[in-house]
Amino acid sequence: MLKALFHILIFPGLGFLFVFGFFVEYADRKLYARFQNRIGPPWFQPLADFIKLISKEEVIPEEADSTVFKLMPVFAITASAAAILYIPTLGERSVFAFSGDVIVVLYLLTIPTFTYFLGGWYSRSVYSMIGAVRSLTQLFAYEVPLFLCILAAALLADTWSLSGMVVFYSHHLGYWFCNIIGFGVALICLLGKLEKVPFDIPEAETEIVAGSFTEYNGKLLAFIRMSFNIEMVAGASLLAAVFLPFGLHLPAAVMFLFYLVQIIFIVAVISFLRSLFARVRLDQMINFCWKYLAPLAFLQVLFNLILKVVLPR
Amino acid sequence: MHNSEHYSEDVKIPMGPQHPSLKEPESFLISLRGEKITASSVRLGYNHRGIEKACEDRTYTQGLYLIERICGICSHSHSTCFSQAVEEIAGVEIPARAKYLRTLIGELERIHSHLLWLGVAGHEIGFDTLLMYTWRDREVVMDLLAALTGNRVNYGINTIGGVRRDISSKQKEEVLKGVAILETQTKYYIDLAKNETTLLKRLQGVGVLSHEDAVRLDAVGPTARACGVKRDVRKDDPYAAYAELDFKVISVNSCDVYGRTLVRLGELMESYSLIRQIISKIPEGAIAVKLPRKIPAGQAVSRYEAPRGEDLHYVRANGTEKPDRVKVRAPTLANIQSVSKMLEDRYLADMPIVIAAIDPCFSCTDRLIAIRDSRNKEKNTVTWETIRLKGIEWYKGQGIDFKSLNKKLTESF
Repeated sequence: MLKALFHILIFPGLGFLFVFGFFVEYADRKLYARFQNRIGPPWFQPLADFIKLISKEEVIPEEADSTVFKLMPVFAITASAAAILYIPTLGERSVFAFSGDVIVVLYLLTIPTFTYFLGGWYSRSVYSMIGAVRSLTQLFAYEVPLFLCILAAALLADTWSLSGMVVFYSHHLGYWFCNIIGFGVALICLLGKLEKVPFDIPEAETEIVAGSFTEYNGKLLAFIRMSFNIEMVAGASLLAAVFLPFGLHLPAAVMFLFYLVQIIFIVAVISFLRSLFARVRLDQMINFCWKYLAPLAFLQVLFNLILKVVLPR
Repeated sequence: MHNSEHYSEDVKIPMGPQHPSLKEPESFLISLRGEKITASSVRLGYNHRGIEKACEDRTYTQGLYLIERICGICSHSHSTCFSQAVEEIAGVEIPARAKYLRTLIGELERIHSHLLWLGVAGHEIGFDTLLMYTWRDREVVMDLLAALTGNRVNYGINTIGGVRRDISSKQKEEVLKGVAILETQTKYYIDLAKNETTLLKRLQGVGVLSHEDAVRLDAVGPTARACGVKRDVRKDDPYAAYAELDFKVISVNSCDVYGRTLVRLGELMESYSLIRQIISKIPEGAIAVKLPRKIPAGQAVSRYEAPRGEDLHYVRANGTEKPDRVKVRAPTLANIQSVSKMLEDRYLADMPIVIAAIDPCFSCTDRLIAIRDSRNKEKNTVTWETIRLKGIEWYKGQGIDFKSLNKKLTESF
């Protein structure tokens, strides 16, 4: 019981996620700034922003449904923080590993997008409502290729558990290289999930102010930003566990360090990608996802099915 | 569809007067069906400053500095245009060196304006990296302007009858050095604009204004030239030193936002060549002639190719030291008519870039027209309260109700 509480509250749960989330946000902002030839923020900037927002007055629109409006940021944080409990961070096994946890993780990582939709929709502002509909429309575009890529990796490893996949790929080191297409596709999907350029359509500043989050301010906005950080950590951890060589039979401390390096690597790739492109339009994004990403993901599934027959176990 | 009535209801969303995509307050009200724009309306008038009227109370020299503050980007365009008109009325020919210096500052201003526009366009389509890069490079030309004139924005270099500062040979070298840096960077941006996929996807085929519409709606500047309308005051009606300089009028036929980008990038390259010519050809001599304080009665229209298009000033003098009437037609006023046309059948996501593509400057544009009943001699006075109520009624007509807000306000006071 105490051990479970420790896992949920301290490591790899909320405590760790808050700290690492700030660091990941800092890394993302700093790298993005450097790619753009700017100096970028100092290391404590995310924390300072958080404290500033927390101390601000909270204004809830009169028209908004205040219960939903207040609850959604909390739900978003909870869902992505819960997902990390099933993703291996310290060693090869996640804290609550069971067969089938891949599905639970994917499900939990979808919830934040729904909360952004509901929060935006119940803000009752035109910008929020358009942003809310956009985030849901976008969900249907990137979610399928992302699921297919993870499915492909799971097929090759012959397991429905993330920890099982880590164990499998650490014993068959050459195999993770077979999933390289899937890794690329999943990274692009993660950009959509995290609403980053070129897929920051739901919160396109110059069109709909801040999309779903237009009406959010103060503490609630701080929570939403935090939930994005945690989602970034959880999403990157998922990709790292599935697509990057993870368990290398090293001591736990070294493995954990290795895990941090992997997350930073994925975050760096994301910041690099988002400094390269212009924001695409919603129709172009959906076109792109279904025309290119989904077939590529299918190709990966097919490839892995063939590999499974051909390669020795 | 059983609930087709529900579908036919368009969502009205206000873009402005306060909106992140607009740098100045201006109201665009658009109706949306899904992501598609079904109707749009432009409402100007949030930035009126009464500059034309204020000029009538000032001497010509004082008015020049006020005119310069019409626009923060093309300040030199307005002040040159105004002084040209006054000089024409006074019948004065300014020295050749002054003409070259005016042209030099004008071209540097065009470079700074076009680079600024490129960055803003990048930001409007969510390409912030382009914004950061272009604005970094823009600093080079801003430093040049500051070195030549002493100011970054309102240069204050013009005076009626010439310019106020001369250029030294050391400054000439600095200008050439800066231009060389900018030229390499601009080549990079041209390459980027031709090859970057997401940029092409967001710009090509967006905000189409046909050649006929551009002529009919009287578009000017890069907006017109991107529709194949080869209009450029520098060529058609040369002023300052342009008659002695060699340059091309850049125009493309793609009629879309992408064309407007290419035209501006091409004009940047032309400006660099123009500046090199100016530096090599600039004659020696005086930089200004002295004009009498009192300008003889008369009137003149002066045209100037500002970075955004043709700028037009009308000045009427009555023989005193103050003008009788000053009228300014900034390029945005000519271009704003075409925005509704460009937005037809486009997506909401295209709205910011389509508006930005005409490079709008709303504070240049706002004018007040008072219509008075000639039979009724009494002035029609409108009180603040009437305006407030009228505003509330207008917003109610647009589907925005302030009733609950009003109740709250009256309760709290």
